[in-house]
Amino acid sequence: MPNSTSTQNVSAKPNRLRTSIILLVVLTAVFLVAPHLYANQSLVFTIMTFIVLAQGLNLLYGFTGYLPFGYVGFFGSGAYATSLLVLHTHLPVLACVAGGGLAAALIGVILGPLLRLSGAYFSIANLAASQILFFVVSNPDLADITGGPYGLKIEQVYDPTASYYCMLVVLLIACGLAAYFRSSGFGMALRAIKQDPVSAAMAGLNVVRHRLIAWLVSALIAGLAGGVYAWGISVFYPDAVFTLDFSVFAIVFALFGGVGTVIGPIVGASLLYILYSAIGISTPQYFQLIYGGLIVLLVLFLPGGLLSLLQRRGINVF
Amino acid sequence: MELLAYAVIGGILYGIFFTLVGLGLNLLFGVMRIINLAHGQFIVLGGYLAWTISDRLGLNPLWSIPLSILCAIVIGWPLYRAVVPRLQRSDDPEMLSFILFFGIGQMLTAVTMLLFGADQRSLPEDALGSGSLGLFGQEFPDSWWWAAGVSLTALALLWLYFSRTRLGYATRAVMSERDEAIATGIDVRRVSTIAFVAGLALAGIAGAFVPYLLGSVSPDLGDGLTTTAFAIVIIGSLGNPLGTIVGGLVFGLGTMLMQTYYSSWSNVVPYALLLIIVLIRPSGLLGKAVRLA
Repeated sequence: MPNSTSTQNVSAKPNRLRTSIILLVVLTAVFLVAPHLYANQSLVFTIMTFIVLAQGLNLLYGFTGYLPFGYVGFFGSGAYATSLLVLHTHLPVLACVAGGGLAAALIGVILGPLLRLSGAYFSIANLAASQILFFVVSNPDLADITGGPYGLKIEQVYDPTASYYCMLVVLLIACGLAAYFRSSGFGMALRAIKQDPVSAAMAGLNVVRHRLIAWLVSALIAGLAGGVYAWGISVFYPDAVFTLDFSVFAIVFALFGGVGTVIGPIVGASLLYILYSAIGISTPQYFQLIYGGLIVLLVLFLPGGLLSLLQRRGINVF
Repeated sequence: MELLAYAVIGGILYGIFFTLVGLGLNLLFGVMRIINLAHGQFIVLGGYLAWTISDRLGLNPLWSIPLSILCAIVIGWPLYRAVVPRLQRSDDPEMLSFILFFGIGQMLTAVTMLLFGADQRSLPEDALGSGSLGLFGQEFPDSWWWAAGVSLTALALLWLYFSRTRLGYATRAVMSERDEAIATGIDVRRVSTIAFVAGLALAGIAGAFVPYLLGSVSPDLGDGLTTTAFAIVIIGSLGNPLGTIVGGLVFGLGTMLMQTYYSSWSNVVPYALLLIIVLIRPSGLLGKAVRLA
């Protein structure tokens, strides 16, 4: 039935635009109302952070197949760059957050050659890169610049409400980008490259440029998230923004929901983070045991994530 | 000069031990093309095994070596049966095994934490001999010599297995050309099971010395050990178990020299080496030309 599916895709295009707008409106509504219904605003803030991270990781892994184990490196770079800009310049906070995103993208440019590596080599090299960033930032020799192991304080700009709305904007940007990747020719090209880079290159696609753009966009999102996160908590140690847990959670959340879709990471991050906050914060080991087991089961039985259960029944998941 | 001699000899001993840390990971990749991202956690389990034996039962921690092999059979055989054939049938075994074993690693970390608590555990310094053995005027604790000795023994045994036994020949055949090995009637499943169990056993044995070489063992060491092992394996050359020693020595010397001269930067060494090697020579220092002994 190749013909019917292709016509479906063509006619689905305007629908996808509508779906994207509906999705963004729903997300906005949910997170505007949430702090009024639920008193613990910082928990909602953290959920949004993880949705952004899972979505940013999805932009790279879901569409190019590169799994960035050191994704937290961009997050931490964003947090540090934002804080340093706040401390040393008199720019408005929003400009500093944007600067954090750009700094992460710059790190992405420097690490660009990693994309030459395939599969597991890429993941582990990326992890090494994020560890190097962590050790450099937390090094006592650089305490004058980065605060070393003592971290940074930007409590003079502390503003939980403004940072909450800023995170919502970043969330919308991330989901908007995912929707664009999902429905545009660019996203289609990325998936073609993921499936068969040689054929895609022969069809005239610039493989390197497409991958690099996805990589930088993904880095930018993590950097913005890191910047807003730093603003939201305003006092942090290097471990708090460079902990491997951020990479791990982003990967697990995205895989659990289903990568390569727009709502997969949102569903995965929301469900699992709520589970985490219910049982994980008091005894993180039980949660670690659960998500470790979840990963094993997902890889063995449900590689497409939770949403593939719907896809198998023929429901078109956005 | 004194410092340099200490760093170089210490680096060699340290590097020989870390060869053992990477060996199991490399064996698994070489034979099955799967990446055991739970390698570090298995090493930590080996460390706790040695701690239990020495602290709870009052025996010499070296008893954990035969016990590690036993545990590797008990855990490794069913684990192999449960996951590896399924992974190898999938379209991207390398990447999927990476994620799957990452999950297993997380579970192991959690279990270790629940069983033994988050405290750092160390072993009595005199359990492996209280003295320290000198070489060229530089003295190192006996435990370091034990670690290096056990590591070299493991390497020698592995070399004998590869070059003197029928199963070893078969293993090398599987490593160099999997499909042809299957076609010639080699029992790939049997070869792989043995390699899998041996890989876990090597990790467990390495674990017994972690409390000595790194000062103590704690549940959160796993991820760091996995990355270090990965760095060593990639520097040596992935898929060539005996080449691990090159990676181990480069890592050991690099770390010891950094610790001596720029100590605050020494923890960057494995990661920086990994990144440099992977970008300049993805096939490792030995490359493909010398695939195997």
